[in-house]
Amino acid sequence: MSPRIVHIAANTFREAVRDRVLYNLIAFALLLSGAAIFVGQISIDIERLVVINLGLTAVSLFGVVIAIFIGIGLVSKEIEKRTLYTVLSRPVRRWEFIVGKFFGLAGTLVVNTFFMAIGVFGALLYVAHKFSKPDALILVALYFIVLEFLIICSLALLFSSFSSPLLSAVFAFSLFVIGSFADDLRGFASLAHGMTRWLATAAAYLVPNFSALNVISAVAHQQPLTSQLILNNTLYALFYTTVALSGAVLIFERRNLK
Amino acid sequence: MAAIEILGLEKTYMVGFWRKRPKRALQPLHLTVEEGEIFGFLGPNGAGKTTTLKMLMGLVFPTSGTARILGHEWTDPEIKAQIGFLPEQPYFYDYLTAHELLDYYGQLSGVPAKDRKRRVEEVLQRVGLTDIKGVQLRKFSKGMLQRAGIAQAILHNPKLVFFDEPMSGLDPLGRREVRDLMEQLKQEGKTVFFSTHILSDAEALCDRVAIIHQGELRGVGAVEDLTSTVQGKVEVVWQGTQIPASMKALGAECHVTGDTVRAVLPENQQDAAIDALRRERIRLIAITPLRTSLEAYFVEKLQKSPTTGKTVGTAV
Repeated sequence: MSPRIVHIAANTFREAVRDRVLYNLIAFALLLSGAAIFVGQISIDIERLVVINLGLTAVSLFGVVIAIFIGIGLVSKEIEKRTLYTVLSRPVRRWEFIVGKFFGLAGTLVVNTFFMAIGVFGALLYVAHKFSKPDALILVALYFIVLEFLIICSLALLFSSFSSPLLSAVFAFSLFVIGSFADDLRGFASLAHGMTRWLATAAAYLVPNFSALNVISAVAHQQPLTSQLILNNTLYALFYTTVALSGAVLIFERRNLK
Repeated sequence: MAAIEILGLEKTYMVGFWRKRPKRALQPLHLTVEEGEIFGFLGPNGAGKTTTLKMLMGLVFPTSGTARILGHEWTDPEIKAQIGFLPEQPYFYDYLTAHELLDYYGQLSGVPAKDRKRRVEEVLQRVGLTDIKGVQLRKFSKGMLQRAGIAQAILHNPKLVFFDEPMSGLDPLGRREVRDLMEQLKQEGKTVFFSTHILSDAEALCDRVAIIHQGELRGVGAVEDLTSTVQGKVEVVWQGTQIPASMKALGAECHVTGDTVRAVLPENQQDAAIDALRRERIRLIAITPLRTSLEAYFVEKLQKSPTTGKTVGTAV
């Protein structure tokens, strides 16, 4: 990897860490984990289920908010504040800038997820007093959440490369919501006829399939996850992320920085 | 070898929301800047100076034309390791300190890690930014940001430096320091290309200047040539506000400014003017051949379009 990508990623990570909004969101995530403990205590025999469901959902939602909130400003803010001028006037290729920004944000989210995961496992230990073997599946759910973040980061960057932060946020949130119901959309497509079927099928396969990456409920109910699922989800997320990032690079390579 | 060769760079933007219409920001520009010179790119606000600089930096793509920088295609990213750029009214990552910012830019410019810390300290010292360790850029004044901007432009010891309005936001002392710095850069063999609309800076610093207005190059030349002596006229300056009648009789155009009088008169009347002042016991301060000021040349070029020869605008 080009050292410039590493430097841009490190600076993006540093910016995120010094951003107070990020700290607030982490605090909120921890607060939600605290709430999980509270709900777990007032639930009878389903404390573990409630804590895993609530904790992992919180990790996912807060991560998505952070990914979109920071991702949409990664390029547009640099253009608006003209900080990009002194970066691109150096031997930095535009694609290196985009890829560096992506890795910086992805790194931030991985670190963020790591700390929130500690909160979830802490809450689980608090209510269950010990870990059991199926709890290892939580790690798979967390891995899928990270894959989800990679897709969202790349989408936020894609929108940020040609649109305003507000519109980018709307697009990214919309895709997240629609993508979360991608399985339902595919189900609807199979029932529809004619042009509707064609359009619904196209939309179902175009939007990111976040429902495939959501195994929180399965993990909470200790249902097994196959290695095939892990492989498929990994390949899918990497493919989708690469396509979205390539789109961001293609747009950004042609953009005039007025 | 020329440091910069601009070969017909042109930029037309499409403006308007529904019905897009072309708006030409820069007409085909042909310009050569030699190595080791300080070159001033002059023009009023909105003349096309920043558009030209942005195209050379690869921030804006030209509609047509090309350029060569230090003998290489200007689109070659590696050539940028030898270029420094200060944008107009620079803004930086405000969560960083000046040391962190310069370290980051040093990394991007490929300054080796072992040299970076020393280079950062050196350039901060050079632009007069001391006692700022640990202070984030968000707490910097406009003048301090401008100095940080100059520091990042020269950090990697570039051969060619582009400054867009480098004096902007600086107090008189700061402007003087930047002028000195630019002269030092020239002495070090570097080429300095800077845009400005402050003519006194250009006149004091530049070897050559180009004048641009409404996206059109109006004139290029050495400052000495542009401010050449006006044949047959001298300027006489004396102490006081008194204008002797004998001076008026010599055909002098006199202007009182404070406690001095400036008179412009034909060169062959010079001795008679000195005698007239002596007779009146008036203290003579100076007699100099009258020169066209850069300002006069600038105004003339702005008012006349080279393509039509007609007066097209008013003086700034």
